[in-house]
Amino acid sequence: MSEQITIEKSLRDWASRVKAGQVGALPAILGLLVLCIAFSSQSSVFLTPGNFANLLTQAAAITVIAMGLVFVLLLGEIDLSAGYAAGVCGAILVIMITEMDFAWYVALPASILAGVVLGAFIGYLVAQLRIPSFVVTLATFLAFQGLLLLLVSEGGTIRIEDPTILAVQNKNLPVSASWIFFALTAGVYVLSGLWKFARRRKAGLIDNLFKFWLIKTAILVSLGGLATLALTVERSNNPDLVSLRGIPYVVPVILVLLVGATFVLTRTSFGLHLYAVGGNAEAARRAGINVKMVRISAFMICSGFAAVAGMIFVSRANSISPTTGGSSTLLYAVGAAVIGGTSLFGGKGKVSDAILGGLVVAVIDNGMALLGYPAGIKFMVTGGVLLLSASIDAFSRRGATAT
Amino acid sequence: MATPILSLRQVNKSFGPVHVLKDVNFDAYAGKVTALVGDNGAGKSTLIKCIAGIYTPETGEFLFEGNEVTIAGPRDATALGIEIVYQDLALCDNLDIVHNMFLGREEKSGVTLNESHMESLAKKTLDGLSVRTVKSIRQKVASLSGGQRQTVAIARAVLWNSKVVILDEPTAALGVAQTEQVLKLVRQLADNGLAVIVISHNLNDVFQVADNIAAMYLGTMAAQVEKKSVSPSDVVKLITTGKSEAVSGATK
Repeated sequence: MSEQITIEKSLRDWASRVKAGQVGALPAILGLLVLCIAFSSQSSVFLTPGNFANLLTQAAAITVIAMGLVFVLLLGEIDLSAGYAAGVCGAILVIMITEMDFAWYVALPASILAGVVLGAFIGYLVAQLRIPSFVVTLATFLAFQGLLLLLVSEGGTIRIEDPTILAVQNKNLPVSASWIFFALTAGVYVLSGLWKFARRRKAGLIDNLFKFWLIKTAILVSLGGLATLALTVERSNNPDLVSLRGIPYVVPVILVLLVGATFVLTRTSFGLHLYAVGGNAEAARRAGINVKMVRISAFMICSGFAAVAGMIFVSRANSISPTTGGSSTLLYAVGAAVIGGTSLFGGKGKVSDAILGGLVVAVIDNGMALLGYPAGIKFMVTGGVLLLSASIDAFSRRGATAT
Repeated sequence: MATPILSLRQVNKSFGPVHVLKDVNFDAYAGKVTALVGDNGAGKSTLIKCIAGIYTPETGEFLFEGNEVTIAGPRDATALGIEIVYQDLALCDNLDIVHNMFLGREEKSGVTLNESHMESLAKKTLDGLSVRTVKSIRQKVASLSGGQRQTVAIARAVLWNSKVVILDEPTAALGVAQTEQVLKLVRQLADNGLAVIVISHNLNDVFQVADNIAAMYLGTMAAQVEKKSVSPSDVVKLITTGKSEAVSGATK
């Protein structure tokens, strides 16, 4: 009987949080659901395993940039140059491997380090000189575009043939490894959750969210299982020639980034300080937090993620070009973070939101292309969705402060 | 009276040509609430900022528990056990009560935050202050009322076994019921053995909660007296003219 009450109570708590404007990832989840239903009713291809795998690889690079952007957005800042930072770091990666014959395991860390340095530069200008990040990164947006052009040389592209880098977006985990990967991920997720609740119970702290967590975990694990099942189905048109089965390698890459970034944001004092600076920088300063270092680190992390996204771009295109990371990349990435529920006003957001938002953006892109809409309509719809989520964010802020 | 835990002697502070504190003496006692009153510009804020280490006075002695100390920065003040609760509270709306209380001084196990330990400590501190009004200490500060926010800010200040707590206008923005609640909390702090310094413009509050009253007038300490020896009108005179017959010669 008391369990009944706790479920009801946690549901009520949750409902009141939604009413108070703390909607979190709810709009993105609903949006994703609506989009998927709409597209699968209109297109017979949309809900096939082949298209699902496609969708994941299409969403990957933008999602990774969006994950990095969450760190900067949490501070209420913005990095407009993250897209071209991905391009520059991708170019460094390709040049090191193709023209300088470095191994991928040397070139990849080097390109990520380059990203971190670019981020430190932006962060220094923002945190030390207090130039608005909008202006700084508008300047670096142009500068990085130029740098990329110089590195790749105008009109040219540089091919990459390193099998490891190419595998990230073009190869899949073997079927057995896919299932092992799923089991491991689900196991670690469930165990770490249980461990947290056990610790709280040992410390004598009550918890009414356990049932809620159980439901959430059950849904997540079954969704993961379904996705794994779909991805292990043969999706090649000509299985005798080439077999296409298993989870694309980019999925575990993103998952590792997600776990790492979420750990930093939710379990370490650095993460707490990021939220604090985003919520009230003056309060954070008075509490003895080194606000400047927090700001600089956020930009470093953002550009570091962009460098990983650069690698994913390169892997997908098999080459680097002067437009890699350009055009709508950055706007899609900011859109992904905001659609997922990260606030542009700072202090609110999660890395997992970026993944949800990235999926929404990719689903729109992919679904509308399947239905044969021209690119113009695609951009306008994505813009509309971004506007919608930004207004949800703005409204939820009003709801939260009205009390 | 007993030895003061905190005692300032002949403190002077100038900003350029403006002599803001002139030979100010000030005492605070453990277990007592000392109200610091004075008109705007009398030097109250400068005085507490000197105590908190934000300003360094040019001359003057600073005695803490009877020993002379120098406070060169906020960290020195914190190390002595002096905490200040600012008027604008300095809380992060987007964090919960526990995280706000531990902000900048988190409890860790290894590299990770020790959430359950922090939560237990926060709970113990709030219980020790007889705070029963907050529903859950894991709720965001944004959802709290003004009085509750003030409570969190004060609880945050006493979490660290502090000895002196300075409150800057703790009831300025609060309604009647919430003012009552915060004043009760201020009394509780003193009863728990802390020296409490309250800056206030509200003489009702001062007479309700204070044991001692220190009145400043144009950068000087007009008088520091026991509450029971004066009437509100005496204090008004001290604030507005710097003198009152009732306290002449009562203190120096």
